[in-house]
Amino acid sequence: MAVADSHDTHDDHHDLHDHGEFIAHHFDSAEQQFDSGKLGIWLFLVTEILFFSGLFVAYTLYRTNHPEVFEQAHVFLNKYLGGLNTIVLLFSSLTMALGVRAAQLGRNKNCSIYILITMVCATMFLGVKAVEYSHKWDMGILVRSAFNLTYTHPTPTTEIGKALHISDYLVYLCVVPALLLAGFIVASVISKLINKGTLAKFMIAMAITVSGYFLGVCVGIIFMNATEGETGSTHASVIAEQPLMLLASTQDDHAEGDHDDHDKAAAASNHEGEHSDHEEHFGSHPADGGEASFDAHHPDPSTLSRDVGIFFSIYYCMTGLHAIHIIAGIIALAWLYWRSLLGHWRTDYFGPVDYVGLYWHLVDLIWIYLFPLLYLID
Amino acid sequence: MSDHHDDLPAFCHPVSTKLLFGVFFGLIALTILTVATSALGSALGMPPAFAFPLAMVIATMKAFLVCAFFMHMWWDKSFNVLAFLSSLLFVTLFIGMTMMDTGEYQPTIEAFDVNNLANVEVSE
Repeated sequence: MAVADSHDTHDDHHDLHDHGEFIAHHFDSAEQQFDSGKLGIWLFLVTEILFFSGLFVAYTLYRTNHPEVFEQAHVFLNKYLGGLNTIVLLFSSLTMALGVRAAQLGRNKNCSIYILITMVCATMFLGVKAVEYSHKWDMGILVRSAFNLTYTHPTPTTEIGKALHISDYLVYLCVVPALLLAGFIVASVISKLINKGTLAKFMIAMAITVSGYFLGVCVGIIFMNATEGETGSTHASVIAEQPLMLLASTQDDHAEGDHDDHDKAAAASNHEGEHSDHEEHFGSHPADGGEASFDAHHPDPSTLSRDVGIFFSIYYCMTGLHAIHIIAGIIALAWLYWRSLLGHWRTDYFGPVDYVGLYWHLVDLIWIYLFPLLYLID
Repeated sequence: MSDHHDDLPAFCHPVSTKLLFGVFFGLIALTILTVATSALGSALGMPPAFAFPLAMVIATMKAFLVCAFFMHMWWDKSFNVLAFLSSLLFVTLFIGMTMMDTGEYQPTIEAFDVNNLANVEVSE
């Protein structure tokens, strides 16, 4: 991308029809430039796959050694929300491919529209993800070290949370997008006032993009309530009587363990506590009909393996890294949108759209594997 | 499968919208299929051991559709395709080698006496 693009930084003349306007001086032809860029982006995608593969190794290793943890953990993931996000991402891939086609044919206006739809889908994906994450954080489903499943949905303390009956965490996750939305609206008004038409257009598109996030949040909440309606507060209150079960049992062992010594012994007994606790759950679960009393949707925290938190460590790493890639993709797409508004794409110069498109499809590709691996464990 | 425009440069292969929409609906159908098999698989008597490979086969079919048509691999230079596929080879090696090593310390773990922890020296 950088290669393909190095020219336009020192290119000030505005004759778009001058052949080879965007061809950097070290390339013989548009084709050579395009092929070099393409090879570059493919190599980048290779490194991306290898980058993600470390997490896939962690997943494979843990799943083959502890399949029972995955069976206990997957019930906390809503496969319909995951499916919705899959479809949103697949649709964004379609619009991206259509955007590449439009750029290849030199149709800048169509290209900008497709890119805008792609960006809206991307932020919508993040919105749905925010609903999923905040729902889990509310229930105490966190990474291994902080995992403390209680099912108690804490009552919101923020004003917005109270007013809309949404989780505080969701409110926090909406702060940055809300600020961005306000910023882009203000920026579009200012650029309109100072007669920067293209800039105003760009800022409006960015505002639309960010509002896609709130659309995702709304759709996510509706979807979650529809598919998890029974996860209401009635159930939570039943379970609430035995929260911190896991912590409590660890502390019991703890108390028994260390009579004599202080710091070192405490650390050691903590280990012991973990081990015996671990053993207990492991021992009791598969053999003595633990499976039968296992409520598929709201398992009692005390019947769960303590290591369910490790599944969620893996889950947060994989989906979090993927979400970071989505954000990076949105920034790259915003740049493409700007250049579409400037009418840069021509039949012999569409490389950047193609390259970002390839990146975007790779992000989609990774989700295609993450979805069954994380959500569809049965 | 790409449109043929005589005035386009040789490296420019726009894919027909028909094909793109076809691929998209194919992907949606496969997504629905994979959710359905996961939700109904055990009810329909599918052996549990079968569910995971099936989900991976469906995911790979989806990945093929995305790579071949959305990512233009079908028409791309074979060197690019080779570079991409080679990464999969290395991922396989990475996972395979690690998996081969996971049993390495299993005897030590099995010999570990949980009920007699007093005998275990704690290194911290």
